[in-house]
Amino acid sequence: MRTGGSGSAKLSPAACGGGLLCTAWPPPAPAMDCYTANWNPLGDSAFYRKYELYSMDWDLKEELRDCLVAAAPYGGPIALLRNPWRKEKAASVRPVLDIYSASGMPLASLLWKSGPVVALGWSAEEELLCVQEDGAVLVYGLHGDFRRHFSMGNEVLQNRVLDARIFHTEFGSGVAILTGAYRFTLSANVGDLKLRRMPEVPGLQSAPSCWTTLCQDRVAHILLAVGPDLYLLDHATCSTVTPPGLAPGVSSFLQMAVSFTYRHLALFTDTGYIWMGTTSLKEKLCEFNCNIRAPPKQMVWCSRPRSKERAVVVAWEKRLMVVGDAPESIQFVLDEDSYLVPELDGVRIFSRSTHEFLHEVPVASEEIFKIASMAPGALLLEAQKEYEKESQKADEYLREIQELGELTQAVQQCIEAAGHEHRPDMQKSLLRAASFGKCFLDRFPPDSFVRMCQDLRVLNAVRDYHIGIPLTYSQYKQLTIQVLLDRLVLRRLYPLAIQICEYLRLPEVQGVSRILAHWACYKVQQKDVSDEDVARAINQKLGDTPGVSYSDIAARAYGCGRTELAIKLLEYEPRSGEQVPLLLKMKRSKLALNKAIESGDTDLVFTVLLHLKNELNRGDFFMTLRNQPMALSLYRQYCKHQELETLKDLYNQDDNHQELGSFHVRASYMAEERIEGRVAALQTAADAFYKAKNEFAAKATEDQMRLLRLQRRLEDELGGQFLDLSLHDTVTTLILGGHNKRAEQLARDFRIPDKRLWWLKLTALANLEDWEELEKFSKSKKSPIGYLPFVEICMKQHNKYEAKKYAARVGPEQKVKALLLVGDVAQAADVAIEHRNEAELSLVLSHCTGATDGATADKIQRARAQAQKK
Amino acid sequence: MAAHLSYGRVNLNVLREAVRRELREFLDKCAGSKAIVWDEYLTGPFGLIAQYSLLKEHEVEKMFTLKGSRLPAADVKNIIFFVRPRLELMDIIADNVLSEDRRGPARDFHILFVPRRSLLCEQRLKDLGVLGSFIHREEYSLDLIPFDGDLLSMESEGAFRECYLDGDQTSLYHAAKGLMTLQALYGTIPQIFGKGECARQVANMMIRMKREFTGSQNSVFPVFDNLLLLDRNVDLLTPLATQLTYEGLIDELYGIQNTSEDFFDKLTVEQEFMSGIDTDKVNSYIEDCIAQKHPLIKVLRLICLQSVCNSGLKQKVLDYYKREILQTYGYEHMLSLHNLEKAGLLKLQTGGRNNYPTIRKTLRLWMDDVNEQNPTDISYVYSGYAPLSVRLAQLLSRPGWRSIEEVLRMLPGPHFEERQPLPTGLQKKRQPGENRVTLVFFLGGVTFAEIAALRFLSQLEDGGTEYVIATTKLVNGSSWLEALMESPL
Repeated sequence: MRTGGSGSAKLSPAACGGGLLCTAWPPPAPAMDCYTANWNPLGDSAFYRKYELYSMDWDLKEELRDCLVAAAPYGGPIALLRNPWRKEKAASVRPVLDIYSASGMPLASLLWKSGPVVALGWSAEEELLCVQEDGAVLVYGLHGDFRRHFSMGNEVLQNRVLDARIFHTEFGSGVAILTGAYRFTLSANVGDLKLRRMPEVPGLQSAPSCWTTLCQDRVAHILLAVGPDLYLLDHATCSTVTPPGLAPGVSSFLQMAVSFTYRHLALFTDTGYIWMGTTSLKEKLCEFNCNIRAPPKQMVWCSRPRSKERAVVVAWEKRLMVVGDAPESIQFVLDEDSYLVPELDGVRIFSRSTHEFLHEVPVASEEIFKIASMAPGALLLEAQKEYEKESQKADEYLREIQELGELTQAVQQCIEAAGHEHRPDMQKSLLRAASFGKCFLDRFPPDSFVRMCQDLRVLNAVRDYHIGIPLTYSQYKQLTIQVLLDRLVLRRLYPLAIQICEYLRLPEVQGVSRILAHWACYKVQQKDVSDEDVARAINQKLGDTPGVSYSDIAARAYGCGRTELAIKLLEYEPRSGEQVPLLLKMKRSKLALNKAIESGDTDLVFTVLLHLKNELNRGDFFMTLRNQPMALSLYRQYCKHQELETLKDLYNQDDNHQELGSFHVRASYMAEERIEGRVAALQTAADAFYKAKNEFAAKATEDQMRLLRLQRRLEDELGGQFLDLSLHDTVTTLILGGHNKRAEQLARDFRIPDKRLWWLKLTALANLEDWEELEKFSKSKKSPIGYLPFVEICMKQHNKYEAKKYAARVGPEQKVKALLLVGDVAQAADVAIEHRNEAELSLVLSHCTGATDGATADKIQRARAQAQKK
Repeated sequence: MAAHLSYGRVNLNVLREAVRRELREFLDKCAGSKAIVWDEYLTGPFGLIAQYSLLKEHEVEKMFTLKGSRLPAADVKNIIFFVRPRLELMDIIADNVLSEDRRGPARDFHILFVPRRSLLCEQRLKDLGVLGSFIHREEYSLDLIPFDGDLLSMESEGAFRECYLDGDQTSLYHAAKGLMTLQALYGTIPQIFGKGECARQVANMMIRMKREFTGSQNSVFPVFDNLLLLDRNVDLLTPLATQLTYEGLIDELYGIQNTSEDFFDKLTVEQEFMSGIDTDKVNSYIEDCIAQKHPLIKVLRLICLQSVCNSGLKQKVLDYYKREILQTYGYEHMLSLHNLEKAGLLKLQTGGRNNYPTIRKTLRLWMDDVNEQNPTDISYVYSGYAPLSVRLAQLLSRPGWRSIEEVLRMLPGPHFEERQPLPTGLQKKRQPGENRVTLVFFLGGVTFAEIAALRFLSQLEDGGTEYVIATTKLVNGSSWLEALMESPL
């Protein structure tokens, strides 16, 4: 077994030289001394290195081992809560919850006033979840601000929570608890809390020796160990599982660890044996016997994405061990009480005085820095150094690479390796080498180089201990720039976030605007600044920046109880759809109404109106409407369909007598069945029309009342259907029924004009085919409509005989037309010729069809010719 | 692809494809087999943008009409309601959902509001206890539907009535939204002209909406040079007259049996009115039509035409016509007559001044020598009468409205011009001889004859302007007036 690492007594053999420098060729360079000193080989193919991220300057009041500890992945914050409950002391002293950045900068410190806490954990949004013994989960922000709380179910209240885990899945962050009744409950996403009580483990009488959450096929499971047995719980079943190839003699499992991506599982047994395999328990990767039977404090996976190497890091009180598929392990001595934080591509280890990162050396770095490496990247790095020294060896090395045709690969290797370096001076020398190599390439696309320079600049900025986010390049790429910006915003590092956005030239909506909006939301919470000043400051900074939602900021202000400030901010909001609902929520309905009307969005206006209607008493509501014509018309429309009575009240209030009249006219048809009711409604209508000075409508309405009464009497006396006939049709019906006298009387009473009465009678008598009566009628006096209509109507009834009688009486102007109607083309022609009327002549001519009219047609043509001669 | 939409200067297929894409995306959100429950009113407009085959490709297996109580049985996973945002429809939907819930296996319900989601309706669904039953509640902004290569319609029957009788501007808001969609696809329209109260409001809404979108700078190269917004009530005359173009005639005569002679008499009367003959006394042809109980719409159309051509009727004449109508057709028409008066189609001549002759002469609305075979002027579409609306469009393009300020002031509502500045990169450099493209939006309806007149102008060799037409609805005088009628029976 090898030992190594900074704190250990011996150096590992691999660390004796320094990369390329230990070898005879190329010659050593002083700056590169012992670069690989901290590289430790595991087996034949992989190196692990551990380097310092920060020396910790935090003023820890307690030992880590006495605290509940939670450190968020991706270089996130660290929370410490001294755990007084576990020591079974009376909780007379209230513990303190401290939150630090990864570099140990204090972010928050608060007195814990709530119940005993079982576990702490960070959500993916960097919210601190504190799981209490009573099943309540309290959620805090990064700055110790209380956000909300929820419960893990009623069942927990009696049984208490024994243990809890916060875990991360693709859906978000989950919580799993183990209760005093040895039952598990979990929620896979605390953002959308759905509690799932897991099935019972048969015959379980004590707490499991260890357990963990797994995520398989997008479903969260629980794996637990009881004595020599392993159980897997999914939402419905509990099954016994056996790891393939597990060494015999195991009577208990002391630790288990699941990898960052949930793909791999490691088990530590009471025999000091470690089994490593897939989470599905279908495949064993390797095993290792460390011969230490003491239960480890922590065990975590340490692997790099896309690497074939698999290793776990096991920590005891004074010892740290990296084991994998190799006969020997790497060992480190721990000088201090330490804590492990698994990351995507390695493990962070922090203690009272230091914060380190342990990971497998990436391929590109290994290629370049490995002892005696002849990789193109290694040569290029050397070439560049010689070049700086103005040595001609630069040319030799370069030629060497070019001859092998590996210059492109060399540049790529240097760029990639730069990304994996923590120290800026190393990043720079690698990038310089890449840049140097690029000069000798014709077409090397520049973007990978430029992007790496940008990324490293961002990474170095956030790694600074003031900021304290020690992201590696791989973590940064996985996290994305958007999430990193969110995290800076969460830490209220607005200027840095904006600088990054501007430096990376992110589109405003995703970048600067979003950050400014967050800044503004924070700003409105500063209670010691006046509303005016805050509103002005925000508007000055944000202006009309695209993508900034003033309503979101206003909502935040309102949430802090600053209604006036919210209203001021809303003035800057151009979208009414956002303005109005918030104003309503703040009970500024009248202002909301104004804004809704300005927008022209009638749906918004309606929404406000219905709010106002519930909020105000009727009188005030109507008064408000009165000053808003557009809202008033909309509300009238609403009432027309939903509340007819209110419509009437509205018209009354406005003294709109014309509309009131129409309203009652409508009512006389719809609401009233009985004739008395209808007449009464019409009377009200007539009164309204008089008030509206609409004499015509009033009189017409009175006529209608008279007609209704009369129609009723007719129905009583004559039988048949009269109601709702028009006056015209009433008279017609009377004539058709042979009640001529009554018809005459009605026509007189209602002053039907003579001309129309003649049309009416004519039509009715023709319909009756009462030709005798028709003739009598036609002779009663000179027809005011002439006699052509008589001809037309007789022809319509196919009575040519009668038609001809009237055709004879038609006046000269319409004579031709009448004669043509009765089919007397010849005579029509004579009349037309006599009239010497060209239009009439052509009309007749157009009626000349077939052989019979041939003579007539000739006659007309002759007459025409003659007329033209003259 | 719909070939008939892509022949014009502006390829309206782009719009059609955009709305089809939006529809497909919505359907795909509701995974699995589906039944669509239709607000019957929407089937027409939808038919113009998506055939049944499109729906079928996206697993629509059944289609029902929205009706009260229970839905017909359908073995589908999703039930989607396609509805206008109307309260009365929400009540029916709630009814459907509740009875479906009692029926058995759970379905996924969704609502697609056309053209806009409504807080009011969602509140109603909430009050009825069914809001939570809907998985997707979305809106489908089908505002302007492409009809032809140069023609877009909102197919909103009630727009004119809502604006002028009910004081309800919902359709104007939708029109503004539709224009924003159009600008998103075809670029910002640099100049907006307008005449009328509604036009002013639509322009205001557009300007406001533009401010709401400051975040996304439109980078589409503008296709349209101008937008002309015209209120229907600026020109009430044109739709009242009988259209004499081929399409117009078919539209006018469809479903109407007229004897040719009567038709000729009617045209004579119309032409007399339009050319200003005897507009101030009772017309005996109209009297005879009433006495013979010709269709009321025909009678009203003529009376309204007379009123418009006389800038209102004298009290005696107006009262006489109204009394004749009430006595003959029934007192219930009181309400319709009142509506026509409110809309300004029937009115009392005030101040004893008739502006129509001035307008007619200045705008050359009446042309005595019409060549219908080889027309030289738009007046051929009404055999002598040049539609006022189209004349306004024509004069705007050349020589500009400044020449007719006086007449514009006689017509109702304000006239205005707004500029929408373009970034320098999008400003057009016109090639010599390249025509401008003007979008004319008729708020309250357009007739086929007006469309024909604008197409005629587009085709003029030295016209200089090509027109694309948008409207709330394609109308003729009868359908237009019918929408204003009210029968309590």
